Amino acid sequence: MSEIILQIDGREVKAREGMTILEAAQGAGIFIPTLCHHEKLEPYGACRICIVEVKVGGWTRLVVSCVYLAEENLVVRTRSEKVDRNRKTILELLLAHAPDSPKLQDLAQEYGADKDRFEKVASFCIHCGLCVRYCAEVKKKNAVGFVDRGIRKEISFIPEIASKECWDCKECFPLCPTSALQAAYVLTEALTSSSPSFGPALEE
Amino acid sequence: MVRIKSPAELEELRKGILSKRDPNKPCITLCSGSACLASGSGEVAASLEEEIKKQGLRDEVDVRKTGCHGFCERGPIIVIHPEEIGYFQIEPKAVPEIVSQTIKEKKVIERLLYTDPSTNEKIIHESEIPFYKNQERLVFGSNGSIDPTSIDDYLAIGGYSALAKALSGMTPEQVLKEVKKSNLRGRGGGGFPTGRKWEGSRNAPDEIKYVIVNADEGDPGAYMNRSTLEGNPHSVLEGLIIGAYAIGAHEGYIYVRQEYPLAVENVGIAIKQAEEYGFLGKNILGSGFDFTVKVHQGAGAFVSGESTALMTALEGRVGEPRPKYIRSNIKGLWNRPSVLNNVETWANVPLIINKGAGWFIQFGTEGSKGTKIFSLVGKINNTGLVEVPMGTPLKDIIYKIGGGIPGGKRFKAVQTGGPSGGCIPAELLDLEVDFDELTKAGSMMGSGGMIVMDEDTCMVDVVRYFINFLTDESGGKCVPCREGLRQMYKILTNITEGKGREGDIELLEELSETAIEASLCALGKSAPNPILSTIRYFRDEYEAHIKEKKCPALSCKELISYYIDPDKCQACMICLRKCPAEAIDGGKKKIHIIDQEKCTKCGTCFEACPPRFGAVQKISGEPVPLPIPEEARIIARENKER
Repeated sequence: MSEIILQIDGREVKAREGMTILEAAQGAGIFIPTLCHHEKLEPYGACRICIVEVKVGGWTRLVVSCVYLAEENLVVRTRSEKVDRNRKTILELLLAHAPDSPKLQDLAQEYGADKDRFEKVASFCIHCGLCVRYCAEVKKKNAVGFVDRGIRKEISFIPEIASKECWDCKECFPLCPTSALQAAYVLTEALTSSSPSFGPALEE
Repeated sequence: MVRIKSPAELEELRKGILSKRDPNKPCITLCSGSACLASGSGEVAASLEEEIKKQGLRDEVDVRKTGCHGFCERGPIIVIHPEEIGYFQIEPKAVPEIVSQTIKEKKVIERLLYTDPSTNEKIIHESEIPFYKNQERLVFGSNGSIDPTSIDDYLAIGGYSALAKALSGMTPEQVLKEVKKSNLRGRGGGGFPTGRKWEGSRNAPDEIKYVIVNADEGDPGAYMNRSTLEGNPHSVLEGLIIGAYAIGAHEGYIYVRQEYPLAVENVGIAIKQAEEYGFLGKNILGSGFDFTVKVHQGAGAFVSGESTALMTALEGRVGEPRPKYIRSNIKGLWNRPSVLNNVETWANVPLIINKGAGWFIQFGTEGSKGTKIFSLVGKINNTGLVEVPMGTPLKDIIYKIGGGIPGGKRFKAVQTGGPSGGCIPAELLDLEVDFDELTKAGSMMGSGGMIVMDEDTCMVDVVRYFINFLTDESGGKCVPCREGLRQMYKILTNITEGKGREGDIELLEELSETAIEASLCALGKSAPNPILSTIRYFRDEYEAHIKEKKCPALSCKELISYYIDPDKCQACMICLRKCPAEAIDGGKKKIHIIDQEKCTKCGTCFEACPPRFGAVQKISGEPVPLPIPEEARIIARENKER
C-alpha cells in the first residue's frame, strides 16, 4: 500500500491508501468525535458527528470522516463554524433521546449543545447501531437488529436467537452510549420469561 | 413465436404483422390503466365484448385494451379508430349505443364527447381536446394505441427498430455518443446527465456491469412511471437493452414496487415475449450481444428509490442508502459498475437512437432537453398525466392543459418534485419548467409530481403532511434526517395547532440546514425543501399561525371556529339536523347558534348551509362573536316568507 500525505488542521499527516480521514487523524493523534464508529466494525456513517470540512479542487465540502477516504494533498479541517454548528444540532437532537448520557454530555459541553433544545423523545436509543453491527459483524449471531424505518426505527432482540446466544455474551452492553440496549434486552427477557430456554444454559 | 435472428428478419416480421392489419378496420381502444380500471374500465371491457358478440360484429371490429391515456379525470376513456372519436367517462350502459351507433352506423354520440368548458363546444377527436392538444407526447403518446401485453402491437408501431439499429449499425461507443449528444438528463430526480453516467460505467475496469430500471416511484400523487411501465413496458425494455449494449452490461434488473401489480404483470409478460422473439437472451438479433433481465419487486419503501438503497435492496438486504463517497456507476450493485436510470429515462432512449440526438435536442431548453411527463393532481380540473417539452411555462400546464382550478377558486401554489420538492407560488406561474428553473425556485423536478393547491390550502399544514410522509419513509439511518424530521414534524404540528412559538421559523431553518449539509443521502438532503420553499414564499402564513394564532386559509382545525351569522340565518334546520355533534341549537323559527364547546369543527354545517344563505362562516384569529339575546333569535313568519 502506498503512503499518502494529507493535511489535517494545518498539520501534515501520513496515511496509507484506503484509510479513512478519521483513521488518518486518529493515527496522528488528532481528535474527531464519533458515536457510531467502532474500529472492529465496517464504517456506518449514521451519526454524522464526525463530519469535517475538506477542500477538493478548490471546493469546500462537508463529509463524514469515518467513510471518506484520505487522499493525497487533501486539506481537512476538523473544526470550523459549519462543522461545529452541525455537530451542535446533531447533539441536541440526540440529547432529546438521552439527556443524561455521559458521552453526549461531554460532547455537548464542547459544542455548546443545549440538552433541552428539542422536545424529549421517549426512547434512549440514538440508533448508532453499535450493538446491531457488533452482533452481526463480530459475533456473527444477529441476535439484535433494527426493526421498522423512519422515526419508528428501533433496536430489538430476536427472542429465538437471543434466548440462546445472549446470556453468556452481552459484549454489546458496554458499547451502548446510552444504555438503551440493556432496557431492550430486559424487555425481551421479560417477554420471553415463560420460555425455559431464556436463561443460563443448564448442565446436561 | 419464432426467434428473430437479424434486423432483416425483424423487418420481415413487422411487415407480416402490418399486412394482417387493416388500418381502416374499426378499432375500439379502451384505456385500461390503473386509474381507469379503478373507475370501472374492466366492466366496460366486459360489456364491449358481450355487445360486439351480440350485435354480430366480432369480425368487423377490434377491441384493444390499452395503457393509460393520461386524461384520468375523464376515465374510462374510449377512442374509436380510425376516426379517432373520443368518448369519456364511459359506463357499461353506454356500450350498446356505442356499438350500434358509432361502430355500425358511423354516427357520433354527442353526449359522450368531451365538452370544452370554456366554449361549451363538443370535441370529436381526442387529439383536439385542449388537454391533449397542448402536450408533446413523445414518450407517453403510444400508450393509447397499443395493448401492453401484445409485443406485436409494439412492433407494429416500429418497436425494437432502435435496438436493431443500435446492434447492427452502431458500435457501443456510437450509442453512448448519441445519448451524450442528446443531453438527456435523468428523469428520476437529480437530473444527472445520462450519457455521463453511462460513460462512467463503460470506462470502469470491471468486466461485469449492470443496468437497472428504477420503478420504485413512491411520491404521493405520482404515477407516471407506473403508467409507462403498465402501458408501454417494451419501450422501457428496449431502452434498457440499448443501454446495456452501450455500457457492456449483460444483466439487468427492473426494480418495481410490488404495490404496482399491473406494472409487475405487464413487464413480466413483456420480458417473456422479448425473450421468445430473441430481443433478450443470447446473441440478440445475431449481433453476438447477450443480455438478460430480471424483475425484482420492491417492498414499498420510498427510500429504496434512492439509488444506493435500491441496490442494497436488490442484494437482498434492508434498503438503506450506503454511506460511501463513490458513485454507483463505478461501484454499485455487488460493488460492480451499475447504471441505474428511471423508467422514463430508459423510455427516452429508443427515441433518441431512432430519430437521433439532433431531433431530440429540438425539444426543451438549453439545459434540459426533451420532454417530461408530469402527474398533475390535487386541486386541478384535468387530473392526469401530461407530457410537455421542458421549458413549458407552469401556467400553461396548470391552465391550458390542466384546465385551471375547480370551483372558480384561486390558484395558490404547486408542489413539484414529490414530498421533498418545494412549493411554487402563484407569482411564479410564468416559470418555465425545467431542471434548473425549478431548482432556482427552491423546488426540484423530482420524478415529475405536481400537486396543485388552491386558496383553501394551508401551506403550513400541507408542509406538515409532506414532512409526516418523510418521517415514515426516511430510512431512519442518519441523525440529521431521522431526528431532524421528527423534530420538524413536532414543530410544524405545534404551529398548526396554535402552539407555535416565536423562533420556530428560525429553528425549522436551522434543522433544515443540518439536514441538507449533514444527511447521508438525497432523501435527507432534500427533505427540508417544502419547509424552506414555503418559508420563502409564504412566511406570512407561518407568522399568522404563530403570532396571531390564525390560519389564513381557514384550514387548520385547531385555529378555526364555525359561526352562524344571525343576520343571514334563515332558521331552516338543515345544519342543525346534520350536525353530528348536536352542537347547534335552534328551531324552525329560531336563529341557530353553534355551541363552541360541543363543536368538533367537522365542517358539516358549513357544507350544509345552502349557498343562497351562506350563514355559516369560518373564523380564525379572532374571538367568536357572542350569541345574540334569546328574544332576538325568533324570526317573524312574514319576515321569513318574504
